[in-house]
Amino acid sequence: MFLGFNFSFLEKYSFYYWDGLKVTLQLSFWTLICGTVVGVAMGLLRVQNHKTLNVIIDGWINFIRGVPVMVQIFIVYYGIATTLPAFWAAVVSLTVNSSVYIAEHTRAGMQAVNKGQMEAARCIGMSKFQANRYIIIPQAIKNVLPSLCNEFILLIKDTSIVSVIAVHELTYTSNTVRANTFLAFEPLIVTAVLYFIVTYVLKKLVGVLERRLHAHD
Amino acid sequence: MTNTTEKNNGEVIIEVKGLKKNFGHLEVLKGIDLQIRKGEAVVVIGPSGSGKSTFLRCLNLLEKPTDGDILFHGESILGKNLKIDKYREKFGMVFQLFNLFDNLSVLDNVTIGPRKVKKESKEKAEERAAALLKRVGLGDKMDAYPSQLSGGQKQRVAIARTLAMEPEVILFDEATSALDPEMVGEVLQIMRKLAEDGMTMVVVTHEMGFAREVGDELVFMDGGYIVEQGNPREIMANPQHQRTKDFLSKML
Repeated sequence: MFLGFNFSFLEKYSFYYWDGLKVTLQLSFWTLICGTVVGVAMGLLRVQNHKTLNVIIDGWINFIRGVPVMVQIFIVYYGIATTLPAFWAAVVSLTVNSSVYIAEHTRAGMQAVNKGQMEAARCIGMSKFQANRYIIIPQAIKNVLPSLCNEFILLIKDTSIVSVIAVHELTYTSNTVRANTFLAFEPLIVTAVLYFIVTYVLKKLVGVLERRLHAHD
Repeated sequence: MTNTTEKNNGEVIIEVKGLKKNFGHLEVLKGIDLQIRKGEAVVVIGPSGSGKSTFLRCLNLLEKPTDGDILFHGESILGKNLKIDKYREKFGMVFQLFNLFDNLSVLDNVTIGPRKVKKESKEKAEERAAALLKRVGLGDKMDAYPSQLSGGQKQRVAIARTLAMEPEVILFDEATSALDPEMVGEVLQIMRKLAEDGMTMVVVTHEMGFAREVGDELVFMDGGYIVEQGNPREIMANPQHQRTKDFLSKML
């Protein structure tokens, strides 16, 4: 007993949480990697100012942003990737969803770099590629890191939605605990604290990175 | 005066012919003709909006001319098979707002061009950069970052960065306009030294004293045209056109 709450179920059910947490972390890890790669690539293509490409990318971003994540997951799992295991169907749909936001952050971060930086780089004979690589992108990374961190936290929390296609991640397993113990509050509080710890650790890690990048400002 | 005569006999390295530039419907340059000789300091003056900066930016193709031609050593730079990066390497540019690379230290700002564009070794590039930074009086700031420098110091680093590429011509786009008055001198002094050392320069400026003392050729622009051009002292003492007179009377 703790403040009148009953947490004794943890003795018997804690491994449910561990298993769920592991799946949540794996989901988050793969989505974060794939979403960042796809999103950054999309954002970099977007700032090339290629007319047709811009229309396609903007259309895609607007479409994905306008559809609920849960619907996207259903579409991928039941409609498109029907042979894919639920876990990977979840990774695919979460990647699609988070990558469009990451693309927008990337675009904004690139466009926020002063235009004079590119001009100065071109004036000493750098190609556009070199200017991007050595001058623009390093500055853009600094710009996007805070919003990217926010995006990663949203992404981790969004993984809870994939419980609807029976991926045994943290939300799913804690729901099982809730059903087995006939307790509503305590099992979900444990879940909430675990999500919080994961996102808080991530935020702290990004904070360290940010401080390092800003060491010279 | 002998110096000027010598320079006037120098080889023409840039020849601008009927240069025009429009931004949409706005005609900024309406037909510019100008020759720039080796070792010459050409000073361009004129009221705001007269097209001075646009003209400068056309010379290294930061803006693409709408019409006309620019010859560099007798060869058009507007041809399709021009390697634009190779061409820009030979043109240094110093900006009004410095445009130092904010993510790099002072030393790296100066070495990144030689290292990445000219593929020089790190040691060689750093050795030269150190010498250049010493020359502009910033030998002790090599590890600083742009955000830690004053405007005058930034502009001096920008000049060192440009010199590191060993350009044939340096374009100065109002290099002192964004500086506090007490910092203008230190930058002008370096520019004057460069001109004395025989660097070919095109200088857009509002510093009339500099124009008179350092310029070999003065170009007065207004409304997208070159209105008057010639020896700076003669023009300032005895301008031929009414618009030049009006402008100079406001500036001097």
